[in-house]
This record gives sequence, structure tokens and C-alpha cells, in this order.
Amino acid sequence: MTSSNRLMSLLVHAILILGIAVVAFPILIALIASSHDALTLIGKFPFYFGDHFLDNYRTVLGEGMARAGGGAVGQMLMNSFVMAIVIAVGKIVISILSAFAIVYFRFPFRMGFFWMIFITLMLPVEVRILPTYQVIANLNLLNSYTGLTLPLIASATATFLFRQFFLTVPEELTEAARIDGAGPMRFFWDVLLPLSRTNIAALFVIVFIYGWNQYLWPLLVTQEESMYTVVMGIQRMVTVADAQAEWNLVMATTILALLPPVLVVVLMQRWFVKGLVETEK
Amino acid sequence: MHKRVTFDNKLLPYLLVSPQILVTIVFFFIPAGEAVVYSLFSQDAFGIEVNFVGLSNFLFLLNDPHYLRSFGITIFYSVAVAVSALIPALILAVLADGIAKGATVYKTLLIWPYAVAPAVAGVLWLFMFNPAVGIVAQWLKLVGIDWNYKLNGNQAMALVIFAAAWKQISYNFLFFLAGLQAIPKSLIEAAAIDGAGPVRRFFTIVLPLLSPTTFFLVVVNMVYAFFDTFGVIHAVTLGGPAGATNILVYKVFNDGFIGLDLGSSSAQSVILLIIVVILTVVQFRYVERKVQY
Amino acid sequence: MASVAFKSVTKSYGSNAVIHGVDMQIADGEFIVVVGPSGCGKSTLLRMVAGLEAITGGTISIGERVVNQLEPKDRDIAMVFQNYALYPHMSVFENMAYGLKIRGFSKTDIEARVKRAADILQLDPYLARRPRELSGGQRQRVAMGRAIVRQPAVFLFDEPLSNLDAKLRVQMRIEIKRLHRELGVTSIYVTHDQIEAMTLADRLVVMNGGRAEQIGPPKEVYERPATTFVATFIGSPAMNLLPARAVGPGSYELAGGLTMQLAGPAKAAAGAEVTLGIRPEHIALAPEGAALSVELAEELGADTIVYGRLDGGQELVVRVPGYLELAIGDRVFVQIDTSKIHQFDKASGQRL
Repeated sequence: MTSSNRLMSLLVHAILILGIAVVAFPILIALIASSHDALTLIGKFPFYFGDHFLDNYRTVLGEGMARAGGGAVGQMLMNSFVMAIVIAVGKIVISILSAFAIVYFRFPFRMGFFWMIFITLMLPVEVRILPTYQVIANLNLLNSYTGLTLPLIASATATFLFRQFFLTVPEELTEAARIDGAGPMRFFWDVLLPLSRTNIAALFVIVFIYGWNQYLWPLLVTQEESMYTVVMGIQRMVTVADAQAEWNLVMATTILALLPPVLVVVLMQRWFVKGLVETEK
Repeated sequence: MHKRVTFDNKLLPYLLVSPQILVTIVFFFIPAGEAVVYSLFSQDAFGIEVNFVGLSNFLFLLNDPHYLRSFGITIFYSVAVAVSALIPALILAVLADGIAKGATVYKTLLIWPYAVAPAVAGVLWLFMFNPAVGIVAQWLKLVGIDWNYKLNGNQAMALVIFAAAWKQISYNFLFFLAGLQAIPKSLIEAAAIDGAGPVRRFFTIVLPLLSPTTFFLVVVNMVYAFFDTFGVIHAVTLGGPAGATNILVYKVFNDGFIGLDLGSSSAQSVILLIIVVILTVVQFRYVERKVQY
Repeated sequence: MASVAFKSVTKSYGSNAVIHGVDMQIADGEFIVVVGPSGCGKSTLLRMVAGLEAITGGTISIGERVVNQLEPKDRDIAMVFQNYALYPHMSVFENMAYGLKIRGFSKTDIEARVKRAADILQLDPYLARRPRELSGGQRQRVAMGRAIVRQPAVFLFDEPLSNLDAKLRVQMRIEIKRLHRELGVTSIYVTHDQIEAMTLADRLVVMNGGRAEQIGPPKEVYERPATTFVATFIGSPAMNLLPARAVGPGSYELAGGLTMQLAGPAKAAAGAEVTLGIRPEHIALAPEGAALSVELAEELGADTIVYGRLDGGQELVVRVPGYLELAIGDRVFVQIDTSKIHQFDKASGQRL
């Protein structure tokens, strides 16, 4: 009995490890590729690490694929970072204020606003892409951080998350604060906000990833190289890379492009999982 | 639903919701409304001549072989992505749920692909399958398969399916694992005492109890495939070769921005909008039932 | 410290009236307990004093001011909640200091006040802790500390001991009484527990269905209940209510044939339907008297509660000192102390 159990257990672990290996395989390939020079990669793929690791990353960060016309990846990473942070912080601030208003006040059109926000769940950016582009263009916001971030800053899921959470905060806490003399904003700042910390952290992880991984919108809104984000910038490098075959640099960029969000997920795993589960309810 | 205890301020709540409402109106409702309006017009490439054509854009699309082909491709694509992402995730989740120790380690090691952008996933897979330098492409050639996704439409489709499914596996794994851990152990044990072997237990007890999660994930995966994989297509195949991977959301972009056919593209957007609404309503309906479950 | 006055106070939700006109004058420093079953309106009444519920009709005054339109923070009140309502992310010190901080007290003032309250409530070792690290009793004390530091005119207590276990409840009851003696602040205390009511109150307000059925000191409420509701609500086990008919001046016939002759002036006209009330402790077991068939005996140790039936079907509860051992079906004799019989009008329940 025990030996077959042990065997089963080993088998289970083996398959799981295999699964992890298969999932991680593309990254391994990319890492290897980013450690060689361009010529080594043509022909049979080298299954060992080369010694151009630091060189490649330095080149890519500083000059990018100059021959391909791509900008410095360092700049692109910066743009991605700004975009992701602004969207994450913006979304959280706007949503938490709206949720606070909807839950803790009674005012005309309250339900109307609620449904307005709710409907946006059904309007992904791809569906309204052309006119949104036009709006940004008309506002003269192309090629700017504002144009990159503003349309993506309102979100129904974040508002719902906070609303759901606020509904679980005991009524007596609000009453005690009122008796203590706290007005609504004081209550929000001193009591509600600290209690929302874990929800904010969870949401931050999810939204940061969302912002960092934006593709279609930056593609349309940025026309100058200096404003490219790294996720969309890769595509241009790829289309040129074919002709120039500088795959080592492309792969280095790819690794750089996925590193920040992956790090955020791994380091903040607990909040990430909580955020996923909460936002999907 | 609201609180029993509320504040009385008259002006403050409006101030608090205004940023969100403002952005929502300017960047959601107005563009969506304009998309609907554009879909009812046709204009030439320079936007000089604008004619109201009613529903003819829609009628044209519904009879356009290119559009119908794109529709079919998208459906096939989203089903394929859903299946390819769900089955490995389910297997891994079942295995991870079975072991006592180390489940968290495996969890950490399996969830990070979610953080990879679809476009980046596309590039990774593109590199592996590149006919010239790709490692997997070289293996395929060794086995005798003539691999060139740039020429072969089916191969291109396979490639984008794998690239898109790859990163969804971790998302599905997380939810399957949570769903499995929510099944009371006592039910499984009761079945074991009743004489059911592991396979029968899985199919008659675990799977049915997992069905709300499964259904939910199917919808999410299909929505993901429909809308969020634009980056994969754009980075890897640009809709080709010869329209083999021209999914609906890509077509909207292509026709609108590249082809500059505003009317048709807007009409396609509206159709997509209707699909989203249907899928969202379905999801909400079922999620409600899931919660009652 | 101030008096509190209720003048024809009513409360309605839409067309649904839940408080039907309460009139009361609470003196400065008095400890008033509002007691009644769930849904009688006692919490609503308290919250109207606090300003957490709007006052539909009538006025409530604290001191000389009518407070109907004032915000809770301007009424000079402090409240202790049933669920403590402590801010979970703040330390005990910060919880107690919060109200003072908002009102702009200086740091030294705040520290002095919190320290004094902590001394009184023996919370000194816990000042840096978070609420989740404290036991139920400690949390309740922090809630009281929060009220004390404000030095308000009125303390409001909303069933503060309901969430504590029985032993703690006794302890905290004594604490609260001690605090009141020491601080002397006018207090309004809401509870459904009549033991708390009897032990803590200077005066009781017994509420039923939105009406104050009796207002008076515990002794008066116990010995001269104004209605059958008050009679059965206060006192445990509850007073026996015996339907009867007046057959002569002071002479009553119970269902089942037993008759009683009461001393004193006749309260009911002949033929009137009344309810007679007698507390279980005013009935004694005797060698002869009315026959009682025992249905159940609860031995509490110091007393025994006997549930039985008189000949003729009337149920009776008797409290007997000591540890008896009676079996179901035993027949005993009881003597009722007729000087302790209460007479109520049968239809209205009012005392005659």
C-alpha cells in the first residue's frame, strides 16, 4: 500500500515539475538567446548560456536596436513604468472615491451613476478604439503620458471591489466616528482608508500588470519613438529583426519587458491572488 | 444595497464621483456612442464625403465572405484557446490539490505567466517557432514537418493559439485550484467509502461540483481570446498569412486604422459590443448562481 | 453633566410609527435604564438622543438645549456600542484619543485624559495594543474609556454587555456601577436583560411596542408593576397571571373554581373580568391549602422552581427555598400570600 502511494506521489510531483518546465520553457529559451551574440543564434540553437549576457542588455537598454530604428529600451521601460504607475494609482484613487460616495451617501442619481459605471464593464477598449483615438487626438494629447493613461483610468471592477468591501465595514464604526466628531472625509481618511489597505495592495498588483501590458492603446496613441512603451515596442523590433536577425537583442528586450510584472506577481503573490479572486466576483 | 448609516452632505458625493463619471463619459460613452453613429455612415478615405447609410454597413458585413470568415476563425480560435488553456490547467490543479506539502511552491511557480503581456508571449513563441532560427521549428524539421507559419495558415493559427493559451494556463490553474479546495473533503471520502475509485470519483463528484468554476472560466477564456489577444496577433502574424489569423478584434483595427474604412470598422465594433454584452450578461447570470451554490 | 428631557417624542418610518410619544425627565447624574424585549424601540430611543436617528415628533433636550437638529458631535454625548465599534487599525490609546484629536485638544490634554481614563478602567498595560489583541471584556472597557475621555454631559450605553459571557457580564455590571458612582455622569442605558436593569438603574423605563409602560425606581417597578407586561417582564421566574372574575367586594373566583378573598378596598366592580398576579416567591408550600399537581421541578441549588397545575387546570409557578426533590405527578399544597396579589384589568392589562 505504502509503496504504491509513494510511487503515485512521485508521479504526481514529476508531472507537476514537467508542467512547470513546459510553462517555463519559452522563458528559458529567451534567456539563453539573450546571452549570445547575433551570429550564434543563426543555425542550430545553442542550448547553453553564452557570455554576451551583460553586453546585450547594456546595448539594448542604451541604444536599442539602432539599426532597426527602435528606440533605447531604457526609455521604453521608463515609459511603461510611468504608464503602469499612473494608471494604477489613478484607478485606485478615482475608484475608491466613487465607491465611498456611492456607499456612504444618499443623493439623487446615485443609482444612475452606479449603473453608468457598471455598464462600462461591457465596453472593452478594443470596441471603442477608433473614436477614443479621435477624442485624444482632438484634445491634442497624442504622444503624451496623459493621452496614454487617461482613457484607461476609470474602471468598474475597482469601484465594485471597493464598494463590496465598504459594505462589509460595520455600521457602528461609522456611528462611533460620527459621535467622535469625524466628518465624512475625516472618516474616510482616518478609518476607511487604513482598513482598505489589503484591498488596495491587491488591486495595485492587478492594475499595475494591466497597465504595463497594454498593447493596442499605446500602439495607436504614440507616434514618436521616445514615447513607445516596451510591450508595444517589441513588435517593431521583431518585424525588423527578421531582416536583420538580431534575435539576441530582441530576446533581451523581451526578458526586460516581462520582468517587472512577473516580479510584482511573485513578490506580492498573496495580494495578487486575492486581487484576482476579488475582481472576478 | 447601501448602508443604513450615511452622511448628509449634499455637494460632497458629487465631487467624489465626478472624476470617474467624467472619464467614463468622455472615454467610454462618447466613443461608444460615436462608434454606433459612425457605423451608420459611410465615408471615403479622406472623410470628405459622409453619407448616412443606415444599417447597410451591417448588412454588408453579414454578407461579406471576408467578415464571415473572420467570424468563423475567431470562434474556432477562442474555443481552441479555451480548451488548450483549460485542460492542462485542470490537470495541474488536480495534481497540485492532491499533494499535501509544496502546493504553495507549485502555485508560485505556475502563476507568473499571467503577468506576461499577450504580445510578449507572442514574441516568445514566435522566436521558438521562427522558421529560420526557432528551436522548436528546428525540432519539427527534424521530425519531418515542413514548418513555416508565415506561409502556412493552419500553422500560423496553431502558433497563436498556443501563445495565447500559454499565459492563460496559470490563471485557470489558480481558479481551478481554488475551486477544488472548496470541495468538502468529506464528499470525496464518502464516495471512496461507497466504493468509487479515483477516476470515477473525479468524473462523478469532482467535475460536477467544479462546474460553476469551469463554466465561469470557459466564459472568461473566450472573452480573453476574443479581445485581449490582439497583441498576440499583431506581434506574430499581423492577421496573416492571407487572413488566416484575422480575428474579429484585429479586423476592427486593420480595417479602421490601416484600411481607413471608418464605417465598416465601426459597424464591426458595434457587433463586437453586442457580443460582449451577451457574454457579460451570461457571465453575471451564472456567477450569481455560482454564489448561491 | 446635564439633565435630559423627552417631550412627546415620537418616531415613524414613513407611515410606520415605532415610538408612540415618550415623556420623561431625567435628572442630572441619574442612571436610567431603558429595558424591554427586542423591537420595543429602546435602541431607537437611545439613538434619537445620540443623533443617529432623526426625531419625527416632539423634542429631546440635553441640559437647556433642544438637540433635535444638532449633529451627534455637537450634542455633548458619548456612546458605548454593543459591538464596541473600536477602530481596528488604531491602538487602544489612539482609539480613546480620536474624538479629542478631532476636536483639537492639545497633546498634553489628550495624554492626561486618556491616562486618567486608563487608570480608572485598568487599561494601562494595554494602551499600545490593537483591539484584536484584546479580550471581549477589555474591548468593552476601551469602548467605555473612549466615552469617558470626552467628559460629556450624557453617557449612552447600547446593550454593551450583550456580547460578553455570563461571568464577564456580572463583572462588568459591577464596573459600570462603580464608574457611575465615581464619575456621576447622567447615563441612559439600554438592555433587554432585566437583571442588568434592576441592578444598575436609579430609575427604570420599561418599554413595549414603542410605548413606555412604566417609569420608576426598580423597587417600585417590581412591587407595583403598572401593567401585566411590566409585571411579567420584570422578575424571574415571571409573575403568575391568573384570570379571574370579581364575585363580590375583594372576592374573586379563578378559573377552575378556586376563590380568593383580598384585603383592602375593592378595586373591581362585581362581575368584572380581571387578571390577578402573584410572584412565585410569594407562594409557599404548606401542609394544607390549594392542591398543586407537580409537572416539573427545577432545582437551582438555593431555590427550587416548581411548575404545577392547580385543580381546575390553572398553571402556577412557585419558588421554594432549598433543594427539594419532587417528582412529576407529586401533589403538594400551596398557600398564596394574598397581601401580595396584584390586580389588573383583564382587557387593558392596566393596574387597578
